This record gives sequence, structure tokens and C-alpha cells, in this order.
Amino acid sequence: MAIIDWTQHPPLIYTDYKSSLSRGPTQSPVDLTTLYGESSTLSIQEFDGSLVNRFTIGELDHDLIRNAQQGGYPLGKRMVVSGKVLDQAGRPQAGVLIEAWQANASGRYAHKVDQHDAPLDPNFLGVGRCVTDNYGCYRFYTIKPGAYPWKNHPNAWRPQHIHFSLVGESIADRLVTQMYFPGDPLLNYDPIFAAVPESAQDRLISTLDLGITEADYALGYKFDIVLAGAKATPIDAEQGA
Amino acid sequence: MKSSLPLTPSQTVGSFFTIGLSATENEGRLASPVSSQISGEGEVISVVGRVFDGNQELVPDALIEIWQADAMGSLSNQNFFGFARSHTGDNAEGKFAFRTVKPGPRSDTEAPCISVVVTMRGLLTQLYTRLYFSDESAANDKDQLLSRVPEARRDSLIAKCTEDDGERIYIFDICMQGDEETVFFHL
Repeated sequence: MAIIDWTQHPPLIYTDYKSSLSRGPTQSPVDLTTLYGESSTLSIQEFDGSLVNRFTIGELDHDLIRNAQQGGYPLGKRMVVSGKVLDQAGRPQAGVLIEAWQANASGRYAHKVDQHDAPLDPNFLGVGRCVTDNYGCYRFYTIKPGAYPWKNHPNAWRPQHIHFSLVGESIADRLVTQMYFPGDPLLNYDPIFAAVPESAQDRLISTLDLGITEADYALGYKFDIVLAGAKATPIDAEQGA
Repeated sequence: MKSSLPLTPSQTVGSFFTIGLSATENEGRLASPVSSQISGEGEVISVVGRVFDGNQELVPDALIEIWQADAMGSLSNQNFFGFARSHTGDNAEGKFAFRTVKPGPRSDTEAPCISVVVTMRGLLTQLYTRLYFSDESAANDKDQLLSRVPEARRDSLIAKCTEDDGERIYIFDICMQGDEETVFFHL
């Protein structure tokens, strides 16, 4: 039995998401833990070793409002994005590297391939990093990204989102995802979001949180992240789950 | 899995991930701390490859990460960190490219190998595969995982050894679909 609950993730080929048709594998992934037998899961290379607390980041890396300034402030609505990284047993995950990237307030990435005819912001790169503290907490300051058009289908627009990449305890905890915003009507039309099993979709939508909000400065959004927690699972199994 | 929290679903890494995940983009501003090099005691090797889609076209925007033991086969050496990241387009020929040290076998029933994580625009969930070495055929034949992968597909996991200036280069092409489709794993 696979350790990771793959049914919570989108499928590898999702018809409405065009580029998945030629890039998603057509054969089912082979269950690695079955090939090894049940006894030795924790010694399998993908569950072994540790990737946390291995990275040094800069003082302003978490603050996208200030980390790419060139004489001014970026345009847009200031936000705090904060939350906890947990494993599936609810244990805080410390020392996790979180890397985030996003479009600017106009919906344009500071990336050479982005052809969207919206202005770049000289004071905003849209790149940030955090390492979770001992309580599994992280905190980014940024501006709200704009929606932008893409070529998937006629008049396709991505909902506002921030990309997240997490390097957790083991390589099995690796997660790349996107955080969305509550009440965004574009979520109803986005095949990338729709590919997520319906019961799991809410987990990708942040919540407005006045406790995180900094008065007179920035609105707070809460986004907790649960990693596959490969090391938590055998303990659950011992408890008879 | 009773009383466990449901995990956060995956989403595609998208088209523009290099601004956030590359150690060399953005003219060095806010570069990622994850590089394409792993250093340590042992034989220095290169691992390079291309990624092909179902139309046999090169994928120019795939993110590739590796995870491996040190030259002694250990994953708990505090002076060694066996994780690195590259992407197609990272070298001049449009390939992904790593410099690392050749991992040792982790046990008598395992051949030396590198774990590989693959993701790209068009993939909604990351994929895991493994790289074994063509010049380790005796160890590969005994490997408890490799020997259980259907024989017809086993070759997709074996990097071909070449040599340049006395340094070994392992070529590991990844095929997303088709007759040569790479074996991917569920963990």
C-alpha cells in the first residue's frame, strides 16, 4: 500500500488542462512500497534522511514588499500570508523550506517568458522564502497577485494565486502547490483548480484572518499546509488505524 | 490513517517557476538556496538529461530534483547533503544538469541509485522515479526494487555511462509518454 494518499491529489492527465494531455504519463505509477515489501518502509531512500534545517535564507527573503525595492514600494494591496506546516498526525514541521513566487498586482510575472501585456513593477520581483520555526509557522509579506489570461482555452484566466514549494522532512514530503483566495469567482472556471478532487479543493483556499492582519498596514490571510508526513504514517499504523 | 489530517493537494509548478526555484535566475537576486550541485567525498560525476513529452518533443521547462546517499551509502552523514535541483534549459543544450558524487549502495540487496522528482507545467502532481547506473549491472541485477520492475521497462531507470576528460557523465533522459515511457513510482 502506498504511504501517500494519492487520491487527494489531482490526476496526472486532466482533459480540461490541455498541457497535461501530452505530459502526464499514461501508465499508472508503480507502487514503490509494494516492491520493497511492508517491513522496511522507513529505510526506503525516499523516506529516509532529513532535508529540514539545511538552508540559509536572507533577512528580507520572506518580505516580498521590500525584498526587491528599487527606490519605491510595489503597487497593490499589501498582505500577510501566514500559517503552519503540519504532518498528517498534526505535528508541526520545523525547518521546512518554503519558496513562493507570484505575479505582481497587474497579473504579470517578472519572468522572461511571460508575454502578458500588463506592466512589470520595478519594485516587485514576486519571489520569497521562509523556513518554518519550531512551531511549524511561517509568515510572508507580499502584495495581492492579479489574475491573468493564459492560453489553455479561449478567454481563459487564472484565478489569483501564489505558488508554494515545500521541502519537508523527507523527499516523500515534497510538495508544490498553489494558494488561492476566498470568494474568487475565477475559481469556478479554472481547470487547474478543478482538477483537485472536490472534497480537497477547500484546502487550497486561504482564509481572511483578522488575527494575522496588521492594523493600518496589511490584510492577513491564513494558509495551513499538511505534508504527506511519511514518517507519521507508520505510527498511525501501529495505533491500529 | 485514522484521525489524520488530510494532506494539502498538489498543483502544477506552472510556466514561471524559475523565478522562484532557480539558484541562477533573476540575475542572482533572491536566488534559491537549492543548487544543482552536491559535494562530498567520492567520485565526482555529472548527471544530465532531457525530458520528452508524448509527441517526442523536448520539454523545455521541467523541474528535476535529486536525492541520494553519500559515497558510503549513508543518508545520515551530517557533513553531506544529497539534495539538488536543476531544470531543463539549465545548461547550454537545453538539458538538466547536476554535478554530484556517485552514491554508494545502501545495503547488500540495493544497487547505488538516485531518487528523482519530476515536475513541470502540465503535471498537476509531481512524479518520482529513480536513476540506476549502467556500469553497475551486477548490483542492478541483485537490486530488490529494480529486479521487480517489469523487464521491458527497466531500461528507463538506467542512466547510460559516458566519459569526458576522465570524468563520468551519466545520461538520463525522461519520457513522459510513449513506448519508452519512464517508470514512475507512487510512494
